[in-house]
Amino acid sequence: MNRINKKLKEEKKLLSIYFSAGYPNLDDTETIIKNLEKSGVDMIEIGLPFSDPLADGPTIQKSSTTALKNGMTSDLLFKQLEDIRESVSIPLIIMGYFNPILQYGVEAFCKKCQEVGIDGLIIPDLPVDVYSEQYKSTFEKYGLINIFLITPQTSEKRIRFIDSVSNGFIYMVSSASTTGAKTGFGDDQKLYFERISNMDLNNPQIVGFGIFNNETFAQATQYAKGAIIGSAFIKHLTKDGTENLNDFVSSILSDN
Amino acid sequence: MKKTFNINEKGYYGEFGGAYIPEMLYPNVEELRQNYLKIMADASFQEEFHALLKDYVGRPSPLYFAKRLSEKYNTKIYLKREDLNHTGAHKVNNTIGQILMAQRLGKTRVIAETGAGQHGVATATVCALMGIECIVYMGEIDIARQAPNVARMKMLGAKVVPATSGSKTLKDATNEAIRDWINNPVDTHYIIGSVVGPHPYPDMVARFQAVVSEEIKKQLLEKEGTENPNYLIACVGGGSNAAGTYYHYLDNEDVKIIAVEAAGKGVDSGESAATSVLGKEGIIHGSKTLLMQTKDGQITEPYSISAGLDYPGVGPMHAHLYKTKRAEFIAITDDGAMKAGMQLSKLEGIIPAIETSHALAIFEHKTFEPNDIVVVNLSGRGDKDLQNYIEYFNL
Repeated sequence: MNRINKKLKEEKKLLSIYFSAGYPNLDDTETIIKNLEKSGVDMIEIGLPFSDPLADGPTIQKSSTTALKNGMTSDLLFKQLEDIRESVSIPLIIMGYFNPILQYGVEAFCKKCQEVGIDGLIIPDLPVDVYSEQYKSTFEKYGLINIFLITPQTSEKRIRFIDSVSNGFIYMVSSASTTGAKTGFGDDQKLYFERISNMDLNNPQIVGFGIFNNETFAQATQYAKGAIIGSAFIKHLTKDGTENLNDFVSSILSDN
Repeated sequence: MKKTFNINEKGYYGEFGGAYIPEMLYPNVEELRQNYLKIMADASFQEEFHALLKDYVGRPSPLYFAKRLSEKYNTKIYLKREDLNHTGAHKVNNTIGQILMAQRLGKTRVIAETGAGQHGVATATVCALMGIECIVYMGEIDIARQAPNVARMKMLGAKVVPATSGSKTLKDATNEAIRDWINNPVDTHYIIGSVVGPHPYPDMVARFQAVVSEEIKKQLLEKEGTENPNYLIACVGGGSNAAGTYYHYLDNEDVKIIAVEAAGKGVDSGESAATSVLGKEGIIHGSKTLLMQTKDGQITEPYSISAGLDYPGVGPMHAHLYKTKRAEFIAITDDGAMKAGMQLSKLEGIIPAIETSHALAIFEHKTFEPNDIVVVNLSGRGDKDLQNYIEYFNL
């Protein structure tokens, strides 16, 4: 069974952390992953940096730009991850935009993911219809779970369709925004979380965008299986570096 | 099925096009996709669109026989005078269409991206006309080098927001506009300025610009007794004036199509915007097309003396015309364009935009027969480029 599916079966709320590979320093990837696992994080999204990250706010844009300046590439990332499975057992997901993957070759990219022990992919600008027509079989051939996003504006019909194509979890974008854009959840979000929760989907949901402390983590996971933190973690890396990740993680998980 | 170079029902030109967008944009783009053809087909829409094109923009734009230029190159050259439109370029054809579209979709806020500022001005203009809030994203670097257009937009009541990410030019202004749309999915319409972006934008913008080829047909019939020229020539950045010029001739292969791209300092100089030659298939701003990128799939920054051709991608229609060889693509350097701009000024008393000057430089690169009818889209006037001309020629 894929590590993601196994993790989703655990009786707990999951904390997933996103970071941009190659940030703050080119060779930090392995250190960050290992320290996150040690700190009790359940799942990691490794950001493959892109020059034009449309869905991202300023924090992740900047970390991507720095990572690219540092020299991060798809090949280098796979090289950095070569031995990661000797020491890390939590699910690892690569999150990246479609163009770099397309240039690498979708099949070659998937194959490489399987070789280094990546469990899934999140590709925000690969639409679900193109995926199911052209790439689904390739992803499945290499044992990869593809994760799709839904937003408060996604219609019920489309959510059902996305649910039917998914075989891991659904990435529930908390509000109409780019990453890191909002502060705190209001009634609108609660209604939306509740609405999705009541749909009884086949795939569990994990909330992303706008989660930055234990309060927002608790609010999100009241209705969903877990939550993802990106921008807030990158800000922490910028300020405190890659060693003391325990402080950050425990601040999120406290009271939970 | 009849062979066509136009878009198919799935939103592709051959293998190019589609809508590669994050889910956050899907409802906006889908709303537009489901409605744009219906709205455009509506009689009241067409009536209002054409009334504004006539009385506000000043259409039809003349198809002018350039006598002295024709004598010099020993062929028959017609100039489609889009430079005489209100706001000085073809861009307004699209913004008029899209503002009417925005109104019918019930949108109360308009956003746009702009490079040199021409599309920004054309958008600010129609927003002022309709009393709709207007926000224009413009790269920080472009704001500094296009001060007059920034002032125009402000006079017209638009808010100009600097794009400070990435290379701080058109590509990044487009990213910022898309991010704005993600953050404002309900009340906002995004007026894209060229035949780029996710389906249905390339098709919608091409249809609004198609008024150009529609008029060429009628005007040429009056002047030459035939609707069909031997050649159609237009400059291509994203490709909206070219799409408008070619539109009604796409499937008539008796009419040859030439697309002129900006070679910058030379196609192999590393400072160029000749996307068809230098680009590779990929995804930019939600569209599968040819784009300039590293081998790792990072989008690179193009260069041209003309800010309007300075885009790392090209509309999917043009990528398809290139791939199928329906159009001949030629790249013209900064120097070639500047000389052609100066020559048109001296021979015909028309100062063209530097974008347009690239198209005019074709006559130094290709010989036409004396009886050939060659139509060039004179897509914009050169007022905005005076500073560039002054510096280049030490005027």
